[in-house]
Amino acid sequence: MDTSLSLFGDYQVIHNYLPILVFIIFAFAFAIGTLIFSYLVRPNKPDPEKLSPYECGIPPMMDARERFSIRFFIIAMLFLLFDVEVVFLYPWAVVYNKIGLYGFVEMMLFIAILLVGYIYAWRKGALEWE
Amino acid sequence: MINLSLLTPEIIVLITALIVLILDLLPWRGRKVLLATVGVLGTVGALLITMGQWDLREEAFYGMVAIDNFSVYFKALFLIICTLTILLSINYITRGGIDLGEYYSLVLLATFGYMFMASGTDLITIFLALEILSLAVYILAGFMRHSPKSNESAFKYFLLGAFSSAFLLYGIANIYGVVGNTNLKDIAQYLSQEAALKNPLFLAGMGLLLVGFGFKVAIVPFHMWTPDVYEGSPTTVTAFMAVGTKAASFAAFLRVFFYTLEPLKGQWVPVLWLLAAVTIIFGNTVAIYQKNIKRMLAYSAIAHAGYILVAMVAGNDLGSSSILYYLLVYSLMNLGAFGVVIIVEKKEEENLTISDYRGLAYKHPMLSAAMSLFLLSLAGIPPTGGFVGKFYIFSAAVSGGYVGLAIIGVLGSAIALYYYLRIIVYMYMYDPEKEFLDGPVPFFSAAALVITAIGTILLGITPARILELAHYSISYLGH
Amino acid sequence: MIPISHYLTLGAIIFIIGSIGVLTRKNAIIILMSIELMLNGVNITLVAFSYHLADLTGQIFAIFVVAVAAGEAAVGLAIIIALFRCRATVNVDEIQLLKW
Repeated sequence: MDTSLSLFGDYQVIHNYLPILVFIIFAFAFAIGTLIFSYLVRPNKPDPEKLSPYECGIPPMMDARERFSIRFFIIAMLFLLFDVEVVFLYPWAVVYNKIGLYGFVEMMLFIAILLVGYIYAWRKGALEWE
Repeated sequence: MINLSLLTPEIIVLITALIVLILDLLPWRGRKVLLATVGVLGTVGALLITMGQWDLREEAFYGMVAIDNFSVYFKALFLIICTLTILLSINYITRGGIDLGEYYSLVLLATFGYMFMASGTDLITIFLALEILSLAVYILAGFMRHSPKSNESAFKYFLLGAFSSAFLLYGIANIYGVVGNTNLKDIAQYLSQEAALKNPLFLAGMGLLLVGFGFKVAIVPFHMWTPDVYEGSPTTVTAFMAVGTKAASFAAFLRVFFYTLEPLKGQWVPVLWLLAAVTIIFGNTVAIYQKNIKRMLAYSAIAHAGYILVAMVAGNDLGSSSILYYLLVYSLMNLGAFGVVIIVEKKEEENLTISDYRGLAYKHPMLSAAMSLFLLSLAGIPPTGGFVGKFYIFSAAVSGGYVGLAIIGVLGSAIALYYYLRIIVYMYMYDPEKEFLDGPVPFFSAAALVITAIGTILLGITPARILELAHYSISYLGH
Repeated sequence: MIPISHYLTLGAIIFIIGSIGVLTRKNAIIILMSIELMLNGVNITLVAFSYHLADLTGQIFAIFVVAVAAGEAAVGLAIIIALFRCRATVNVDEIQLLKW
């Protein structure tokens, strides 16, 4: 069985991660401990000026949750597509040595089809910002 | 073996789609007709090569795709549908202001998906084909970007379509978990063991597959999207998906259930029996109350899916070959009926209610004659192809011992007669109140109507040869 | 070792959460997210079976599902944007021009 490709990997691996687990627990414990300690010892005198959000020393101009341009959606959509299609390069690269020339040509065809889509998006002006 | 050369028809369709996409970017004048010409040339070329693959019985891509008579029959059907759709669209999309090159490209890509639906012999291939065709048709449904109705139909189709394909996918995952493979051959082999037939996880997977396919072919209770989407989409797209998506989904449905899940017949036949009965009764009854002709044809399409289910339930030799026969007839007569709707429809959704057809016969006798022919065929009146198809289906049901279902089917057809004849009455019995068309009937649309009309009559007069062809196609399924 | 039933249960739970989201939410974008959740529930099931059966088909299938989900998300977002431009709402209760 070829576990090198399996997402679960080998269960032996868990032993190697034990120090990281310990480290994470300590990190959390330290952060939470510091917060609790400073809460106990510090003076607590809130006033409205202190509680207001800080923005370069001036009062906040507007709500932080702003509507953003629909152009971001188009960029996000294009990114999503090309980003995920490239996922297929990964298994291809892993077995590249075994599939030889045919595999190479096939992947070039795949990329060529993606390229047609890219040219289409480009010529249609989906990449223009203005 | 990979055998890439066996997939030449599919590759031609794909390359044609890409060429159309690129050609559209070039700044030529009058290029829209050129795009349609390229599209038609590509599909006709693919059709000729597909016909040459008859009796080949080969496999490609290590058993993921089969080039058997079943897939050749369906691929030829899809390519004919694609050609006719392009012919009907040329004038319509110019009138509707959606004259974009992507239109033809998406039609070709959807056809590419249809072809793999018929030839896929692995659940992965079938799923991918389903997604390719669905994504293309979602976009086509919303192609009239400025029409709120078109947008809404694309939106509904997308949400419900993606929802149902998730169910299909979960079914596939369960079957994979039980069998250990997604190849239909391996699943069939697994089912040859006695104990396998009782595995609850497998049965759940089969049920989810049924939901997924049931949605795509629009059978009650998975039909909710059909009327809305058919009404809102551009009419050419409605015609295309009413015949293409339905036939393609039935192709995969048949291959999976008839060949692979055949040993589980005892489990799925009663379910399909019930669904067929409900679909026929519901589709035909609700169609009576429709005022919009596209909506009425949508309910009629639901009812027709019910008739095909009757043949699936019967499951004997005649039943299985009559499904293929009926899908061919259904495609031609439905494309024809929608073709007339496309020609009569005006911008801003005018001329779409049934009463708008008042007196059409006095202004355009040929158009009305063609419409009457298609409607009579849909209703199942001799000497049309629709009659022969229904006759085969119901006699298959009777000889298979499903007399009750056959009676429900015949009753449903009797109800259907009412709403089909109503349009004919409107066309012939009333005086015209207005001009229907702005000019003469467009040449390409007329050509498509002539082809479908000749096909509908020929299938009614000499059905034996096509039925024999259908029989050869399905009897070699999986061999 | 974690038995396979844990992964299958997780996958089923995520799938069910997604389908409940599709059925009850009103915002189109959240419905789209719920559909993605359903597909990811299936992915967990596929990969779990793949590991259990020592067969790579399931993992390859999962990669295909991820790619298809991306395509679906892109087309879905595009349709929702077009609808929003046309109707200025993404609330599914207000999208009811077509009714029987």
